[in-house]
Amino acid sequence: MAKNRVTIKDHTAEANLFARRTVIALLVVGLMLVMIVSNLYYLQVTRFEAYQTRSNGNRIKVLPVAPNRGLIYDRNGVLLAENKPVFALEVIPEEVEDLENTLIELGQLLYIDDEEIADFKQELKRQRRFKPVALRNRLNVQEVAIFSANQHKFPGVTVEARLARHYPYQAALTHMLGYVARINKKDLQKLSEGGLDANYAATHFIGKLGVEKYHEELLHGQVGYQEVEVNSQGRIIRTLNFEPPIPGQDLVLNIDVNMQLEAQKVLEDRRGSIVVLDPNNGGVIALYSNPSYDPNLFVHGISSKNYRGLLESTDRPLINRATQGQYPPASTVKPHLALVGLEEEIITPEFKMYDRGRYQLKNVSHIWRDWNPWGHGWVNVTSAIEQSCDTFFWDMAYRLGIDRISESMGEFGFGEYTGIDLYEESDGILPSRGLKRARENQPWYIGDTISVGIGQGYWTATPLQLVQSVTTLINKGTRYVPQIKRGKWNSGDVVLEPAKELRPIAMQNEANWDVVLDAMYGTVNREKGGARDAFKGAKYLSAGKTGTAQLVSIAQDAKYDADSLAEHLRDNAMYVGYAPYDAPEIAIAVALENAGGGGKNAAPIARQMMDYFFKDRTDLVSIPPEQEQDDSEEELN
Amino acid sequence: MLRTKIDPNKQSIFSRVHIDGPLLLGLLVLMSVGLVTIYAAGGQDWGLIQRQVVRLGVALTVMFALAQVPPLAYKRLSIYFYIIGVLMLVGVLFFGVMGKGAQRWLDLGFVRFQPSEIMKLAVPMMIAWYISRFNLPPRNIPVLIGFLLVGIPTLLIAKQPDLGTSLLIASSGVFALFLAGMAWRLIVFIALAGSAFAPIMWFFLMKEYQKQRVLTFLNPESDPLGSGYHIIQSKIAIGSGGVEGKGWLQGTQSQLEFLPERHTDFIFAVFSEEFGLFGVIGLLAIYAFIVIRGMLIAMRAQEGYTKLLAGSITLTFFVYVFVNMGMVSGLLPVVGVPLPLISYGGTSMVTLLAGFGILMSISTQKRLLSRQ
Repeated sequence: MAKNRVTIKDHTAEANLFARRTVIALLVVGLMLVMIVSNLYYLQVTRFEAYQTRSNGNRIKVLPVAPNRGLIYDRNGVLLAENKPVFALEVIPEEVEDLENTLIELGQLLYIDDEEIADFKQELKRQRRFKPVALRNRLNVQEVAIFSANQHKFPGVTVEARLARHYPYQAALTHMLGYVARINKKDLQKLSEGGLDANYAATHFIGKLGVEKYHEELLHGQVGYQEVEVNSQGRIIRTLNFEPPIPGQDLVLNIDVNMQLEAQKVLEDRRGSIVVLDPNNGGVIALYSNPSYDPNLFVHGISSKNYRGLLESTDRPLINRATQGQYPPASTVKPHLALVGLEEEIITPEFKMYDRGRYQLKNVSHIWRDWNPWGHGWVNVTSAIEQSCDTFFWDMAYRLGIDRISESMGEFGFGEYTGIDLYEESDGILPSRGLKRARENQPWYIGDTISVGIGQGYWTATPLQLVQSVTTLINKGTRYVPQIKRGKWNSGDVVLEPAKELRPIAMQNEANWDVVLDAMYGTVNREKGGARDAFKGAKYLSAGKTGTAQLVSIAQDAKYDADSLAEHLRDNAMYVGYAPYDAPEIAIAVALENAGGGGKNAAPIARQMMDYFFKDRTDLVSIPPEQEQDDSEEELN
Repeated sequence: MLRTKIDPNKQSIFSRVHIDGPLLLGLLVLMSVGLVTIYAAGGQDWGLIQRQVVRLGVALTVMFALAQVPPLAYKRLSIYFYIIGVLMLVGVLFFGVMGKGAQRWLDLGFVRFQPSEIMKLAVPMMIAWYISRFNLPPRNIPVLIGFLLVGIPTLLIAKQPDLGTSLLIASSGVFALFLAGMAWRLIVFIALAGSAFAPIMWFFLMKEYQKQRVLTFLNPESDPLGSGYHIIQSKIAIGSGGVEGKGWLQGTQSQLEFLPERHTDFIFAVFSEEFGLFGVIGLLAIYAFIVIRGMLIAMRAQEGYTKLLAGSITLTFFVYVFVNMGMVSGLLPVVGVPLPLISYGGTSMVTLLAGFGILMSISTQKRLLSRQ
């Protein structure tokens, strides 16, 4: 081979060639090192912050922590809405060796139905193996005890306690207090519109009704945050930072829970409502609507069967009758009307008329008949209120005219929301020319005015409006917004809410107020007073006014016969009153649907409530028992 | 065969046992860095460290043993090595054992191994032997035959499929040809032909998952939770390490398991996250030291075969480093190449140190005459 011949000569040349190539190779190696280093420089220096952010984004998760909802107390510090632990049976899948077997053994210990197991298995598939999955949601105390005694047999199965709203007084407070329930899609939308979704990031419940809804913002509190380090599976490794949530504000209500319970007791199964206000500041002492229902049903999701029951019940338990029930105020507004008559000098305190039990206008064939077919004889403004004489007020209304009536009754707050701290409120109807035109496109007839003169016709008002108007009478024009919230509870001290005053009613002659208040006193305490029987023997002095609202007009010559009318067409019984007469502490409105006459049916209810309110009082004066003779005339208005 | 020491007076204990001191030092430093990083990447698992130490022991033993073999023996064995290797690759094709979606293993009853590992050494040996038979620089025909010799095992391995290894093997052969002095014109021609070959490879040779890797490499953010996840998390790990690093055991990307393949292919990301740019430059310095030492051994080697073999082994070692770092830091598509002497793993470690054993043999066993 030629190779041998040239080997020695080529050796140096080959070595040189190899050295050259080696140098080139090393240069390339150097170039590649520069590439790597410059790429790393780009990653670790130029883009350092961006990657650091992403690295932190990987490992740091911010978990919202729900604040505890504020508690709600009554005026005496009785807890009305509390946060009670509810127990859930939870399984951490990765810690359970034999899941099927565990489920069977748990089933022997505690009752677990197939639906719960199906739900559990569904959830199991979606969750990471280290995340607890709920098997049973609400264990009772016995079940918790049974499981706890056997817990050592079930590694990976735990009982977890969470706080959930509980209403110990159940149905007694529902319409006033309301309830919380799970946040639904609509709530979420509302929250995000209000920019509040971040604050509710960890919250599951929201106020749906009553005080719980109205004062949601105060009660909810401020969300907290837990900054945790997680690994790639999402398992929490450690907590980096914890910003505790600010619990919701504890509230104190003006409500006296015992008055609520009393209202529930006295109304029994009757449809109606009772509202009790403090006339000195508008505080709502009691607000009860019957029939009621247990708000706790809603907290954990009411069954559709139960809900349908409530929804379809002819007694309509879901309605808050005290604030949403719109009733003709009937004779309960006669004192207000009389005041306007006096103020406008349509009548004077001394003005008298003779009532034959019927009223007729010139050129009008219609005859209005007083509830007392024989008439009341000679009546003045005082006796007309005491005996609830219709004729007197027909005549006065006729002479006042609808415009002056609407204007002045509007000043009392009729036809307007009272501003109570509840969203469930109706404004009622204050009749006026404009209203009739707008609603029926009809002109106002004189006959319409006559009906309004005794609180009927188009006129409707809520029991809350009525009792608010009574506090206005008591305060001679000073008006208060009814307030359920008394104040904030700060570790035992109550920070009282100031009373909210509305624009007062300006009346020229203060003496006129005394005339009508005296007549309300007479209604309860004088011989022919319509509520005299109901309050006989009370240990306090009270004043009031009865009302009986006709729901059907009775034909010209027919007599109202309660027994022959269908129950839901019978008269509503109304009563408004206050006590003690000389220094009022409570004002009350009672409205009973289809109960009949107000004096006979509603006034005794008001009496029971007042008796209960003053039961422990010894400082009250009552009139010495007068003649015990019983004027047993049938009394309707 | 005459064997004489160059200068008996300067003979150290290392050369007596045929060990290249500086090279060993560099390797041992790398291995220590590797163990420290594996400890961090593997979740402080002592079992992992113990197994790696055993592997390193085995690999070092192989290295010491191979260092004792005179270079002439390698030269003589080259062709047989190569032929056996190719036959085994063909065997893998037909009787291979599947694992991880690829057919790479041969089961010989008592041991399972990858013939491609043999080829990592057999190919440079074969090329060095073949090309050094000619006067250097070689003419184009022998070079093209050399390419053919490189191409056969490369394609067989690419078929398994094992793109990473086939690329490493191809480059080891090509390095030998380059160092032998193949004509620049031919280099340019091959480069052009190669780029023309790329579309053919794309459409006919590459598997779907390989194409996906390339696409992902071009735009990892296109599928951040799927195929792009590895590379994105890896870049986050490296980038968030910054200049000084997060500190040993403090790398959140690795400690919290966001980084996949932490103690194997992506260990460089763990290292970069915990030791930062300074640490990486230090690591690169060690690698550079080894490469320079290897090239020095090649230059000092006495004849064509040993020069080419030593040079090829050294440069291939560097390609490992480059491909792994490039892939982990997003410069190259993801191919399964471990970071030499740092990544946890067995087979490739033994092969690597076997290569260094040959290098040490070349470095320490010299004859006065380079004649056969």
